[in-house]
Formats: sequence, C-alpha cells, structure tokens
Amino acid sequence: MGNLNYRVVVFLFAFLFGVVFSIPSLTQSADSNTTGKKITLGLDLQGGLHMLLSVKTEVALESKIKSMGTSLKYNLEDAEIVYDALKIDGNKVTFELLDNDDVKDVDAMLAESFGDSKVLKKGMTYALSLTDKQAKETEKAAIDQAVETIRNRLNMFGLAEPTVAKQGSDRILVEVPGIKTQKDEDRIKALIAKAAHLQMMAVDEDRANRVYSMSEEEAKSYGDIILADVANKEIKYLLYSVPILDGSMLTDAKMGYEEKTKRPMVTFSLNSQGAKIFGDFTEKSVGKRMAVVLDGEVYTAPNIVQRIGGGNVQITGAFTPQEATDISIALRSGALLAPVQVESQRSIGPSLGADNIKASIIALVVGFLAVIVFMVLYYGAAGIISNVALVANLFLILAVMSMFEATLTLPGMAGIILTVGMAVDANVIINERIRELLHEGSSLTKAIEQGYNNAFTAIWDANVTTLIASVVLFAYGTGPIKGFALTISIGILASMLTAILGTHGIYQWLLPKIDKKKLKFWFGINKDANAKGAK
Amino acid sequence: MEVFKYEKAIGFMANAKKTATVSAFLVIASLVLLFTKGLNYGIDFAGGTIIQVKYEGVAPIEKVRSIVAQDAKYAGATVTKFGTDSEIVIRTKEASKSISGGAKVEVQKMLKDTGTFEIRRVDLVGPAVGEELKTKGLLSMFFSILGILIYLSFRFEWRFAVASIVALIHDVSIAMGMLALFQVDINLPILAAILTILGYSLNDTVIVFDRIREGIRTIKSPNMSEVIDESVTHTLSRTTLTSLTTFFVVLTLFLFGGEIIHGFSFTLLVGVVVGTYSSIFVASPILMWLNFSVTEFREKEAAATKRQKEREKQRAQFEQGTI
Repeated sequence: MGNLNYRVVVFLFAFLFGVVFSIPSLTQSADSNTTGKKITLGLDLQGGLHMLLSVKTEVALESKIKSMGTSLKYNLEDAEIVYDALKIDGNKVTFELLDNDDVKDVDAMLAESFGDSKVLKKGMTYALSLTDKQAKETEKAAIDQAVETIRNRLNMFGLAEPTVAKQGSDRILVEVPGIKTQKDEDRIKALIAKAAHLQMMAVDEDRANRVYSMSEEEAKSYGDIILADVANKEIKYLLYSVPILDGSMLTDAKMGYEEKTKRPMVTFSLNSQGAKIFGDFTEKSVGKRMAVVLDGEVYTAPNIVQRIGGGNVQITGAFTPQEATDISIALRSGALLAPVQVESQRSIGPSLGADNIKASIIALVVGFLAVIVFMVLYYGAAGIISNVALVANLFLILAVMSMFEATLTLPGMAGIILTVGMAVDANVIINERIRELLHEGSSLTKAIEQGYNNAFTAIWDANVTTLIASVVLFAYGTGPIKGFALTISIGILASMLTAILGTHGIYQWLLPKIDKKKLKFWFGINKDANAKGAK
Repeated sequence: MEVFKYEKAIGFMANAKKTATVSAFLVIASLVLLFTKGLNYGIDFAGGTIIQVKYEGVAPIEKVRSIVAQDAKYAGATVTKFGTDSEIVIRTKEASKSISGGAKVEVQKMLKDTGTFEIRRVDLVGPAVGEELKTKGLLSMFFSILGILIYLSFRFEWRFAVASIVALIHDVSIAMGMLALFQVDINLPILAAILTILGYSLNDTVIVFDRIREGIRTIKSPNMSEVIDESVTHTLSRTTLTSLTTFFVVLTLFLFGGEIIHGFSFTLLVGVVVGTYSSIFVASPILMWLNFSVTEFREKEAAATKRQKEREKQRAQFEQGTI
C-alpha cells in the first residue's frame, strides 16, 4: 500500500458521502416513493403549471366597506334604531337617522363596534370609512389570506406537492407539478381563480316586478343591485345591495346529492352567529324570497316558507358533480378577499418535460464522456486521476442538492454541465504545472508538491471570482436563474475539494508506486525525469 | 500526448497593437449593432405570450399563420418553426391577466381544424414582471462586476483589476453584439449565459494574470512586455486545453441540449471564444499600456517582505523578552 494521508481520506469520505446521498435522487421515479431527501425536478423537466399572481387589493377594500355595511345594518336593527338611506357610496358607508333621540345610542354603538374606523357626522347623516392603517392592514390581509386560501384549495384538490408562497410584498407564486391533462389544468386554474364569495341577499320584493326595465343606476339609487341567474343569464333579480350575511360565517361545505332528484348539490353550515342572523331574517321575511349568491351570480332564490334555524343551507343548481365538488372545496377553504390575476404563467406539458430531460442527459453524457476520454488520452494516468475527481464532483453536486432538497431545472442541468468543464480546468492547470516542473528536471515528489503549490493561487482566484458572480446571480435571480447559480456554486465548491485536495491526496498516496521511468504512462509526457538535466 | 511544449516565449506583445485594433473594431461593430438593430427582447423581459404547439407530422405553418392573423386578439402575432418541422411557436405581445381560459384554450379552439396537435408549453409574462426582471438583471450584472473588481484589486493591484474589467466589457459587448446580429430572443437563460461569460472571461484572465504576477517575481527581465510574453506562453497550453474542453462541452449543449437552451449555449460558445482571446490579447496588453512598472512592483514587494520580516523579528524578540 502507498502512504495514506489526510487528503485522500477526506476525498474518500466526500466520495462516499456523494454516492450515498445522491442515491435517493438517482433512483427516484414517478411511481415509486423513494425515502430520504432528494432532488425534485423543476417544472420544466417534469411538466406542470407555474403562475405568478397578484391580488386586486382594491376589491378587498371594497368588500371590507361592504361588510362594514352589513354589520352596521345588523347592529342598527338589533338596537331597534330607525334609519334610512343606508348605502355604500364609493369608499364609505352612509346612513341617516330619522329620530334625533337615537343620536346618543348610535354614537355609543359606533364607538363600541366601529371604534377603529373613521366616522364622519354631519347633522344626522353619518359616514363610515376606513382609516389608512385599516386600509393597509386590509390589503396585507387580502394577500396573506389569498396565499393561505389557494394553498388550502390546492391541497384539498389532492395533487402532488403544490407550492404556494408569497413572493415579495404583493405577489403569490403558485407551482403545481405533475399535471397530466388539459382538463386538470383548467380545473386547477378555475379553483384558484374562484373568489368563492358567498352572500345571502334579500330580494327587494317592492320593486322586483320592475327589474327588467330598471337600469343599474336606478337600482343603485334605491340601495339595490341587479344580479343574473347562474344558469340562465336572462333571468334577473333585484336584491338589496347590503347582504344579510356572507361566507365569513360559514363553517363547513360539502358536496352531496339531493334525495329525491339525485341532483348534485352543495350543503353548508353556518356558525352560531350566522345561524342566528339567518334564523332571525327568515322569521321576519316569510313569504319573501332570499337569494344565494356566489361570486355575483344567483344560484337559487327560494321563497321563505318558515323560519329556518340550525344554520344548514343547501344550494342546488345546474352543476355537475365535479363543479359541486370544486365549489364546496372553494367554500370550505374560504373566500378570496380579493380576486387574483396572472402576472406571469408557464405551463409545460409532461411530454415536453420528458424531452427536456432526455436532451440535457444526452448533452451531459456526451460532454462528460468526451472530457473523460480526452483527459486520459492527453494526460495518461494523471488523466484517470482527474476523471476520478470529476466523477466524485458530480456525485457531490447531486448529494448536496439532495440534502437541500433543491429543485433541478433545465438551466440547473446546464450549470452542472458547465461545472464539468470548469472542474476539468483545475486539473488541467495542475497537470500542466507538474509537467512543466518535470521538464525542468525536478524530482517527482518535488514536481507534484511544487506543481500543486504553483497551481493553487490561480485556481483559487479564478474560482472565487466565478463564485462571486454566481452568488450575486443567486441573490438577484429568479426561478430558473437561481437554479443555474446554485448548481454552479455547489459545483465550484465541490471541485475545490475534489480537483485540488482529492487529486493531490491520490498522488501522495500513489507516489511510491509511480515509476520514474514511465512518465509517459503516468503524466503523458515524452520525457523521463532526470534523463535530461535542468535547463 | 503533448502538444504544447515551452520552447521559447512567443512575441504576443509585439503584435498587441494589431490585435487591439481588431478588438476595437469588433467592439465598435457590436455597439453599432446594439444601437441600430437592437436586442430582440423575448417575453421574459418584454412581456407577452408564447405558445408552443407540436403537431403529429409536419406542422401546417402557413395555415396556422393565416388562421392566427384573422383573430383580432392575435394581430401582430408571429408564428415560427421551433427546432423540428413538427413544432411551432406562436408569439404575441398580449399577456392575459385572467387565470381561467387564456391563450391555451383560445389557441386550442383556433387551431382545431389544422390537424392533431398538442400544446406543449405556454409562457406568459405580464409587462410589470418583465420590467422587474430587466432591473434585476442589470443590478445583478452591476453587483457581480463590483464584487469582482474589489476582490481583484485586493488580490492583485488596481491595474490588473482595470485591465480585467476592460477585457470583460470587450467580451460582453461582443457577445451581445452577436445576439443582436442573429436576433436571438433575449430571455432569462440568456441573461444567465451572459453572466456566465462574465465569470468565464474573468476566470481566464485571472489565470493568465496569476502567471504574470508570478513572472514578475521570477523572470529577470525588467521589461513588462517580455515578462508578459514569457508568462502567457507558459499558460498557453492550459488556456488552449481548457478552452477547447469547455468549448466542446458547450458545443454538445448547443447540439443536443434542445431548442430551449439553444440561445443559452450559443451565447456561451461566443463567450468561450472571445473570453479566451481577450485574456491574452486584450487584458495583457492593457496591463502593459497602463505603465505597469516591473521594477516598482518588485521594490514594493521587497519592501513589504522586509516589513513583514521586521515585524516577525520584533515579535520574536518580544516573545523572548529581549525588548
């Protein structure tokens, strides 16, 4: 045996580490669930949907005002205060009192329930609006809630490992890998887009018969709103614009089938406050109609026959079982406070992903083999030693990426291929230095030690500059660029370990066996050491 | 095998003026191209939608063109072949904000009579995101150059840092000039490629400079051009071998890596060639022209070593308690 040294021991451990930790990644396939930390394939390699969404926060503000109106209405009626002209006007809720004696009660009620909001009072006319702080909080809440809601919905949809994350202050990143069909993609998109804004609204029976001749402006002047039926857009309803209650009081939603007709339906339950409001309202409104409105469309508007307690409501409408399932998922995960819109989107079919994998693996194998063959031809045994380091380098990159559970993308693959080229560089520099010293007539030991010494500063400085560039790339890059920068950074660090330390150790270990007469075999040079003296 | 063997220094610096003229011409030509033809920003930066469609058999590209042209929403859209004969891409400047429906469904409907096809990829980037990416791209370029400048000034000397940055600008402008000449779509991977060129060019320059730094210490001549010639000749074998292996690896990427990384590998190919060239023919002469004085550097180094020695001596004395 040669002389074992710390370098070769460290190298062997690194090699072993590389092999062991890259096994889970290398053996994974779509069907089997390999245990252990592994690299996930990026969407460009396995297909899937990537979306960057933004939230229309202005709508969140609008609906916040609306719900202020709803609870104001409830509070006023609960305190039996007579009011008029309660309506939403731009970014404020206004109403008038009819009885001067109520002013004190109303002031007290507003202070208690709406203390955070801005209250303007002009005689007996009140105007409530949001403070700047409230508006900011509402906007932030809308984004956070959208992230949470979309995540819940995708998880309930049951596809493998969707990613939903806030990006920056106002963007949402959604990544869904492994979408197989166009239909699934459409369903997922619909599920994300669904506001799932549920409202119970009373029909304005006094003016309902004029709905078809009424303009939207006229309806607005009465504090009403005109909404269409979901199945038949010709059917219109005139509803009080301030809803009785909304989806925030919902506790559960399920898809089911109606007993008699076997038609799919969505049933949902209200919390105790919602149930009470619902019970009180239905008691007062027997003989009138109440509309169930989802995302601005009326699903059903039955006549109220009697008080409905218990807070269980069902919607039957013209939907397929799949739609009923998706609606109940959306309802259960809560409404989006504000609609989301697409800022950027990438959708990659699974077949393209497979093609991409194939192409980059071919490039990797061809490039790698070419380098390996070249190194052996040019440097002889020294080339083999470099190649061992190169293989170790590849395993190390895979292992480190597996440990971080990093995502391998197409540019990431390109990064690995490029690293192969750069790792070779270090060994070329070292081998050239050793050859140079051998030509000058140095002894073998001296040529190797001195060669590594001379080569070190060049390799070090060159690698550090590249590392600086790739760290900056990682910090400023997005998505695919990050993957590229990550593999290059890991590759540079790994090549320092394998190409400098590792090969050095191997030389020291093999030194006693290296025959000074066979420099052609060992270093590929046409000269035997000491055959010619120093120049 | 041995191809390069150091026999005697090659007179690189004697021809430096000629090569510098060639470089200056290339850079100016690239800048002219950049300002006249301009870069062809892809959707990542300009915003828009790309739809990649694969047909069974040859894609009826003319038919698709005429159908797409009829749709008002797709006015100004381009339809081009993508890699093989069976694949096409449709590019528009539009980027729909709505989640459901969108380009995929529309195109599916539009092309339904053109044969059996599969929509393999839809990329959509809104204008706001595109702007952000542009800013981030420029920032990342700026900060990498800054970081590298600082590191090189610290490790070498300011003239080395300046010379390497000039070589860097030379390489990046020629690469971008080629991108403008061939009207390659500038997307995120191209930005990554340009930043890689940045790293590669410096990598190569640093290795040549390292040898020159060593040459200043070991070569007896006080003449900078001789020092450079001898040092560069010494690195010639390494430079050529590494460039060739890297070039070959990138070439396999270019040939087998698939259409999506075509632009990426093309940019790198250009970068490897100019990056290697500039280390020898741009960075090194500039070092010479910046009046780098070998004797001065040696004196400074000698003084530094002396100071260091004195300090050590003092410390030794201090530890022995003689002070």
